[in-house]
Amino acid sequence: MTEKSKEIKQKKVNNTEEQQDILTPWKLVRRKFNKNKIAKVGLAIFIVLVLAALLAPYLTPYDPYEMDFTKTNQKPSKQHLLGTDELGRDYLTRILYGGRVSMKVGLFAVIIEIIVGALVGGVAGFYGGWIDNALMRLVEVFMSFPFLPLAITVSAVVGVRVPPEQKMYIVMLIIGLLSWPGLARMVRGQILSLREQEFVLAAKALGIRDSKIIWRHLIPNTVGYIIVSATLGMAGAIMSEAALSFLGLGVTPPVPTWGNLVQNARDIYVLKNRIWLWLPPGICIFLAVMSINLFGDGLRDAIDPKSR
Amino acid sequence: MLKYIVRRILHLIPVIIVISVLIFGIIQLAPGDPVGANLDPKATAEQRQAERERLGLNDPIHIQYLKWAGRSIKGDFGDSYIYKRPVKDVIPKFMWNSFLLNIVVYLFAFAISIPIGIICATKQYSKVDNFWTVFSIIGISMPSFFFGLLLIYFFSIKFKIFPINGMVTPGKNAIGFARVKDILYHMVLPAIVLTIGSMASLVRYTRTSTLEVINQDYIRTARSKGLEEKVVIYKHAFRNALIPIVTIVGFQIPGLFSGAVILEKVFIWPGIGNIMMDSITMRDYNLMMALNMFFALLTLLGNLFADIGYALVDPRIKVE
Repeated sequence: MTEKSKEIKQKKVNNTEEQQDILTPWKLVRRKFNKNKIAKVGLAIFIVLVLAALLAPYLTPYDPYEMDFTKTNQKPSKQHLLGTDELGRDYLTRILYGGRVSMKVGLFAVIIEIIVGALVGGVAGFYGGWIDNALMRLVEVFMSFPFLPLAITVSAVVGVRVPPEQKMYIVMLIIGLLSWPGLARMVRGQILSLREQEFVLAAKALGIRDSKIIWRHLIPNTVGYIIVSATLGMAGAIMSEAALSFLGLGVTPPVPTWGNLVQNARDIYVLKNRIWLWLPPGICIFLAVMSINLFGDGLRDAIDPKSR
Repeated sequence: MLKYIVRRILHLIPVIIVISVLIFGIIQLAPGDPVGANLDPKATAEQRQAERERLGLNDPIHIQYLKWAGRSIKGDFGDSYIYKRPVKDVIPKFMWNSFLLNIVVYLFAFAISIPIGIICATKQYSKVDNFWTVFSIIGISMPSFFFGLLLIYFFSIKFKIFPINGMVTPGKNAIGFARVKDILYHMVLPAIVLTIGSMASLVRYTRTSTLEVINQDYIRTARSKGLEEKVVIYKHAFRNALIPIVTIVGFQIPGLFSGAVILEKVFIWPGIGNIMMDSITMRDYNLMMALNMFFALLTLLGNLFADIGYALVDPRIKVE
């Protein structure tokens, strides 16, 4: 969406100058991306998963929370393609709705990460001095926490007070607020190096205002990086949510997510005899993370060929 | 150089202080009264009050922090509620179990990944390179717990080659060589999961850093002098390609440990990750705080090693 609107905007600018079809930066990116088959496959798989989650109510006649005690622990059949769980809920439905939760958590965690990371990195890079120093020290502190141990601690301490239906928001916050430092560092580095480049110097020499330099020259040059790390960050966030929920410290039942559905396999009996209860959600996590990674890598190669 | 190291270490002190404040603060948010943990539920109000006083819970929060920090520096993290023993006596045993697993993984991962990464770089876009690229993508995207479950399903349940979980066969109190064999036998599956997980990123990393070097002018000069390709790659290119890899050596240490948390739970490996999860389910706050500090210090140490290593191998690095 943003890509398109930007393109249109830039096209308008170009059209007023000359009628010739000029390759805008985003058009160039798209052209390069389209040549990358693997990245396109990744995007396609991801779109399928997103559609499956969005269209869940139309794809299945069951409700993910509706229990039926006459039909518990059923094997896969025509009525229930992936069987039912111990409370008689249709398992395929739970996986479809679980995908909704998993992807929602991933998306919003990344949005939080981007907002905090870009803000901290941008402010630190642009203002420098003691502000930069203080913020970077903060980044260092956050980077010194290994993610998983701290996330499970926070989740255990804060999460117990929250009802299951709202746990997903806590998980988003935990993942988002613990994963911004990397992005902040990168944005800061970008802004710092851009500030010293000739085109900024030229802009300054032409007497262009500081605010215009920031908005027209510095920010657009970092957007590519931010989009790429947002994409790859979402893969990471989905993985983190799955890990937390698998441990029982993320989103908890009855709300389904791919991670807590795999948790069924911690019972050796289920692991051995009801493979359909843990294999499909596990494969979903794997496919989602892989497709986003493929797409993100392709995007990075298209946006910044130097980074390879 | 020494000056640089000393400065780097001094630099860590404020970071450690902030981290300890944060960890202490997070644990204070925990619900429940720590008094209840050790007392008989039928204790009278006076007994509770006495216990509060004994634990120092009536002090203002900053005094509580200072007391905790003061004791922690001396290595006294209080008693573990689960094990009814001082935390400092509980952690080492489990820590060694984790170290054992991680050291094996660490050595294997580096020994395998670096040569593969270099080969991939020298034969860019060949079949070998493509195979390992696919391998890396799959390895990075595979959740470790799911991979662990798959291995258990196939190798422990279907084909019964390896034990399902644990570190030693229960009831088989083997000693000496038999014990070593038993532990190794239990270690295979978790080690495979962790090794493949870290290989995925290491191969990619080595490949990229080697490629970067190979495309530089001095390599072209070396080739045009008529040097053998082997000499060019392993003598000229490898040294410079090694620089970024050295950093990763440091960064991998904490990464492995924290990744092992979830895997130890899957394989019930009696390591630090497993007691971390236990401390959380049983609300053993003293143990929880100590373990969090342990993980944070480990990360700081890893970063320190990375920086020092970087400065050692690359003389161009500014030692300010």
